[in-house]
Amino acid sequence: MLAKRVIPCLDVTAGRVVKGVNFVALRDAGDPIEIAKRYDEQGADELTFLDITASSDGRDVILHVIEEVAAQVFIPLTVGGGVRKVEDVRRLLNAGADKVSINTSAVQNPDLVAEASGRYGSQCIVVAIDAKRANSAPVGRNTDNVGSAGSVSSGWEVFTHGGRKATGIDALAWARKMQEYGAGEILLTSMDRDGTREGFDLELTRLISDSVDIPVIASGGVGGLDHLARGILAGHADAVLAASIFHFGEFTVRQAKEYMAARGIEVRL
Amino acid sequence: MRVAVIDYGMGNLRSVSKALEHVAPRAEVLVTSDAGIIASADRVVFPGQGAMPDCMREVDARNLRPAILDAARERPFLGICIGLQMLFEFSEEGNTSGLGLFPGQVRRFSGPAADAGVMGRLKVPHMGWNRVQQRGAHPLWSGIEDAARFYFVHSFFAQPSSEEIVTGETEYGICFTCAVARDNIFAVQFHPEKSQSSGLRLLANFISWNP
Repeated sequence: MLAKRVIPCLDVTAGRVVKGVNFVALRDAGDPIEIAKRYDEQGADELTFLDITASSDGRDVILHVIEEVAAQVFIPLTVGGGVRKVEDVRRLLNAGADKVSINTSAVQNPDLVAEASGRYGSQCIVVAIDAKRANSAPVGRNTDNVGSAGSVSSGWEVFTHGGRKATGIDALAWARKMQEYGAGEILLTSMDRDGTREGFDLELTRLISDSVDIPVIASGGVGGLDHLARGILAGHADAVLAASIFHFGEFTVRQAKEYMAARGIEVRL
Repeated sequence: MRVAVIDYGMGNLRSVSKALEHVAPRAEVLVTSDAGIIASADRVVFPGQGAMPDCMREVDARNLRPAILDAARERPFLGICIGLQMLFEFSEEGNTSGLGLFPGQVRRFSGPAADAGVMGRLKVPHMGWNRVQQRGAHPLWSGIEDAARFYFVHSFFAQPSSEEIVTGETEYGICFTCAVARDNIFAVQFHPEKSQSSGLRLLANFISWNP
């Protein structure tokens, strides 16, 4: 049977892995190559690198990181952050990424997803969706690029720019649209839960996962091993992504998978 | 030893070449679309990503079909993913003719989101780590336990019309052929270059294989 995947996420800036709460108060978690090797040894099913470098001149750093990791770690590598053009996708794939994650640019230009998946295959295009419960959306939302006339009928709205910008786009409609445009997978992050350690937004995860035919990775809010299991069992996710519980030595990836196996979840041990 | 990784412009071959370099540090691994280099290689790897119609078109646009068929006749030859699918006669994906080295067709997982029973819906693509049941002994399975997990990512699978070539099977809603072998050819639907220790072992076995 196909195993549910456990994916450690490495936020990388200036060649270091960092982790913060809602993109502030960043803590240094170490060298990305060392961390990637450690997670590989612990049985991680894939690794996701998010380039959170703010300035474009620092972008090449992630390419070197990926090149080094890809020469030593032989599991799938996903890279996201700052992907704006098909050329960015090409450079990341050539550096050794197996999949490229597109977030803000997909909202600004959905054709980028179609073009990139048409050229390199759906299997390497992940669309990352940052979603927030509509009733908790901040006032003064940006209405420049409202896609669906501000009607967020599913109850979750898509945010871009690292969760700072509301779009008025319904998260469920968006996930379906991205599947049509050729996304091979969806990385779904709950903005409400990200960094809280309260667990995934299970309602959101289940809604999206049950409504699309492509795999969904749950993200945002993991504070313990039970959250990972619940993401699969109650959220119906195909894979679970977490960062801080692994980075600071609380749990190993293997402990996470052993816990999930004990809960009856098929994992690769 | 010279190992040619056939490059016909579809997708990223760096993962494949890096993994081969890792298991065969003294081999010369060449990612190439040059028929002459393919002809001179001791071993040939035929990978593939994306859609089969595009892959076949690009193979022919580079006039690589004769070099591929030559290599598949006489030298250790490893097909990966679409590189397995293209060895068959026909694919449902875009109703494409393949190279016809193996009898059978390539079909899509019945979907969308067909019922997969206990674990709920069947997502397509089939993406992630699944078990490979070995069908009979083969030098490329050496040192790899039966039902070991390998990394898959695909929406189509081969359905050989000859049972004899089936050397590995995987369950995903149905039981499908994930590895085929005949003489000097071995081909897999999964990605050994992304399947950690089991995948590296399979590549190492390919490097030392003398069919």
